[in-house]
Amino acid sequence: MPLQVELVSADRKVWSGEASMVIARTVEGDLGILPGHAPVLAVLASGELKIRPTSGDQITVTAEGGFLSVEHDRVTVVSDMAAVASGSTAN
Amino acid sequence: MGAQLRVYRSRIKAVQGTKKITRAFELIAASRMVKAQQRTAASAPYARAITRAVSAVATYSNEDHPLTTEKREVTRAAMLLVTSDRGLAGAYSSNVIKEGERLAELLRGEGKEVVPFIAGRKGSSYYRFRRRSVAAEWAGFSDAPQFEHAKEIADALIDAFLRPTEEGGVDEIHVVSTRFVNMVTQTPEVVRLLPLEVVEGDEPPAPDDVLPLYEFEPSAAAVLDALLPKYVESRIFNALLQSAASELAARQRAMKSATDNAEELIKRYTRLANTARQSEITQEISEIVGGANALADASASA
Repeated sequence: MPLQVELVSADRKVWSGEASMVIARTVEGDLGILPGHAPVLAVLASGELKIRPTSGDQITVTAEGGFLSVEHDRVTVVSDMAAVASGSTAN
Repeated sequence: MGAQLRVYRSRIKAVQGTKKITRAFELIAASRMVKAQQRTAASAPYARAITRAVSAVATYSNEDHPLTTEKREVTRAAMLLVTSDRGLAGAYSSNVIKEGERLAELLRGEGKEVVPFIAGRKGSSYYRFRRRSVAAEWAGFSDAPQFEHAKEIADALIDAFLRPTEEGGVDEIHVVSTRFVNMVTQTPEVVRLLPLEVVEGDEPPAPDDVLPLYEFEPSAAAVLDALLPKYVESRIFNALLQSAASELAARQRAMKSATDNAEELIKRYTRLANTARQSEITQEISEIVGGANALADASASA
């Protein structure tokens, strides 16, 4: 079962869709999320966030702080400022 | 053309000019309002995600945080008043200011000193006119607030909340803003922002349920530290957006009734002008007829 990923910034939803893996930079180092991950709430450091969607190219997102939550294969990334740096924005 | 008629014609022209202006304002407000509503809707996912996360931390950990703890003795209360920058919006600003006055009255009744924080030029001028001191004021974004504005306000409020009371800090923070219900109804409302009352998850877990064990990176306290200010920011951002939509709706309605009134006035003046013109004509005719009769009488008797 793929991950349901939702990426939101303060004023809009940046990206949402299915992904097989999410790699985020937290304040304690990189964190990779695969389907079936335990529930987690992590504080993000500013840096890149990589989303590997189930179809299409890898998406790289620059996020400036924020947090990431995982529960039941639903990944929510919240950041005041998030922008898709590369990869398709279509979902 | 008689003097009376000229006066009416010039009045009609003036009202027509006013009508054009109010009509333009109405259309501008209508188009901006649609945008404001869209922005309110667009900010919803962020607010939802943050609220979920905060209630997750509140439910699955026993962390205490300065922003959620009630102070034992409340002596100073801050009030954030969200008003508009510009007028011509009917009773919008005065409604929210009135609500603020009521809240201030209530707080003073409880023995608390009220520290006003004001967003919007109308609120600032209301306070300046009455020579009341204001802790901080912001202006220039009331009809199109950006997240940065909310952040700025939130930073100032959180800073005031975390400072000790003796050094000019406050013990609780209330927000007075206008909630956008629909196009016709916008209600001023008061929300206590800090200390936060965290609403826990919708369904309380049953005692024999196995709670999903959240991992907190790096720790529950650190997560809460990062989350709560964001929660406050998103609440303020939402209040600003709702107020912006309300302001524009109020302005649209006020301008619509102004346009209608102008139309009514034009109609009335047109009628008056017609009467004036008609009576002028009647008078001229009777003068001519009277003159002709006098001439005829004079020549007949000669």
